[in-house]
Amino acid sequence: MISLAGRDIMHAWGKFVFTGMGLGLLIGITLSMAGIYRGMVDDGKALLDNSGADLWVVQQGTLGPYAEPSSIYDDVWRGIRSMPGVARTANVTYLTMQVRQGERDVRTMVTGVTTGEPGTPGWPPYLVAGRQITRDHYEAVADIASGFRLGDHLQIRRSRYTVVGLTRRMVSSSGDPMVFIPLRDAQEAQFLKDNDAIHQQRQRTIVNPSFNRPGAPGVLDAVIASQSTNPFVNAVLVQIEPGHSAEAVAESIRRWKRLTVYTRSQMKEILIGKLIATSSRQIFMFLVILSIVSAAIVAFIIYTLTLGKIREIAVLKLIGTKNRTIVGLIMQQSIALGLIGFVVGKISATLLMAPIFPKYVLLEPLDSVIGFAAVVVICILASIVAIRAALKIDPAEAIGG
Amino acid sequence: MAGKGIRIEGLKKRYGSGDTAVDALKGVDIQVAPGEVVGLVGPSGSGKSTLLKCLGAVIEPTAGRMTLGDEVIYDDAWKVKDLRALRRDKIGFIFQAPYLIPFLDVTDNVALLPMLAGQPNAEARSRATELFKALDVEHRARAMPSQLSGGEQQRIAIARGLVNRPPVILADEPTAPLDSERALAVVKILNQMARQYETAIIVVTHDEKIIPTFRRIYHIRDGRTEEEAGEGRDI
Repeated sequence: MISLAGRDIMHAWGKFVFTGMGLGLLIGITLSMAGIYRGMVDDGKALLDNSGADLWVVQQGTLGPYAEPSSIYDDVWRGIRSMPGVARTANVTYLTMQVRQGERDVRTMVTGVTTGEPGTPGWPPYLVAGRQITRDHYEAVADIASGFRLGDHLQIRRSRYTVVGLTRRMVSSSGDPMVFIPLRDAQEAQFLKDNDAIHQQRQRTIVNPSFNRPGAPGVLDAVIASQSTNPFVNAVLVQIEPGHSAEAVAESIRRWKRLTVYTRSQMKEILIGKLIATSSRQIFMFLVILSIVSAAIVAFIIYTLTLGKIREIAVLKLIGTKNRTIVGLIMQQSIALGLIGFVVGKISATLLMAPIFPKYVLLEPLDSVIGFAAVVVICILASIVAIRAALKIDPAEAIGG
Repeated sequence: MAGKGIRIEGLKKRYGSGDTAVDALKGVDIQVAPGEVVGLVGPSGSGKSTLLKCLGAVIEPTAGRMTLGDEVIYDDAWKVKDLRALRRDKIGFIFQAPYLIPFLDVTDNVALLPMLAGQPNAEARSRATELFKALDVEHRARAMPSQLSGGEQQRIAIARGLVNRPPVILADEPTAPLDSERALAVVKILNQMARQYETAIIVVTHDEKIIPTFRRIYHIRDGRTEEEAGEGRDI
């Protein structure tokens, strides 16, 4: 038996291919949306993996440092370092801000890291060019996605930094490229006030009789000094010694330091389950809407194509064609349209859309397989309207009168 | 396959019921022998199309009896379970317009019927080719319907009606879109094919050009048929 669907497609292949291409662009957007979601999850994982930490010690009762503000004293790390099972600790600060470079500014996550050696928690694990930060001030390592190059000068608050190293895939959970600077500079950048605010604060302190007591001149100086320094960091990153349980060490820190501690799995849950939950739901809604729109388009196209063949279908029925042959004709055309659309969509998502999207688009093979299955199912469902119309066609329509 | 042609006795068809009922056929009697071509003529609304649809097993008559070859297919009720198979295997159709499937080439348009009946593709195509030779359209076997002239398309439609060697062919105004010369050529072909394949052919027409060619004509008026001898003019 010849393939009626195949012959019909070959007869009007131009119409099919162009319709399939239009559908393909829609499928491409759908795949890209799925890729954006995967990219967000991957950004979150990259943030955790690249921090090099096993535990995150943060302000008590907060979901810091990524999902909520967290502030702990910058000397807490010493006490944690001496606890059993702890191999390394490091202070870290995170501040999402616009970093100026010449005439442009780039949204980045400025990360303050302690000076040390490669492998220190918080440090970028590898560089693609240049070197790590070796000085205590005014050096920066930037993610290549920021567009900064070695030797570029960056303006962060009032200080100027030189890019000495470049890294890759070091991004925040929202996909902003990271810029690493020395911890002290980052602390200052986080809490730095403008000159007017500092002046006003000093005046208020001076006129406060509690601080400016006659006979105790050192109190005022001490208070002003404490107001102009920042002894806080956002978190302490902890690496544990091999053979120790992360949960046990975390529990020990919680009990003795009265701080909140997250293990890697808990932090992953915060990042993916809470921080990007709204975005994921939004993307899921987009996926649902796009799937419905795709189904409606396929249904409309197939229905229109079927209506254009009423006389032929009536003749086919009159000369004894079985209903299942006619159902097969319509359904195969619908699936063929979906296949063309999927191929075009996959190519456009991979080669056209993913590279130009500002967000990281991760197209996983499994998503493509699921997408393919979804397209086939949608096409089958979309052909039902046309099949119902075809089955209602009276073979008598082929006979005049 | 030829058997005894087709015999219709007292065929009635009523549409609707009660006060709104319409009797489209009030007792039709027709008999066509194998190899014979008869004309069925009548004015608009006389019941021609209803009769054709009943004969074509597309709609169910209300009463009467129809015999196709040796088989009673209707006797106040359908006696055949699979009407689709009946239409495919035992009734050939030729329409007013050729209604060829536009996305199949000429050979597959004709070979589709035996294929639907389960014949291997090669055998089905061989049957089609045999008919093309008889109808003198062998050279157009690989053409698409849109590449054919009106006369060629109608010949292919005749080939499609004949390809399963049905005992009866129903031709619905087969010459309507054709000029005199081509219309007569089609009737000549129908006569040749009827004789060659021992097929009974009923030609529904009101085409004055071809009516004189029939030896027997059934006039249908107000749902009843009257038989009369035709001129049987040679073509």
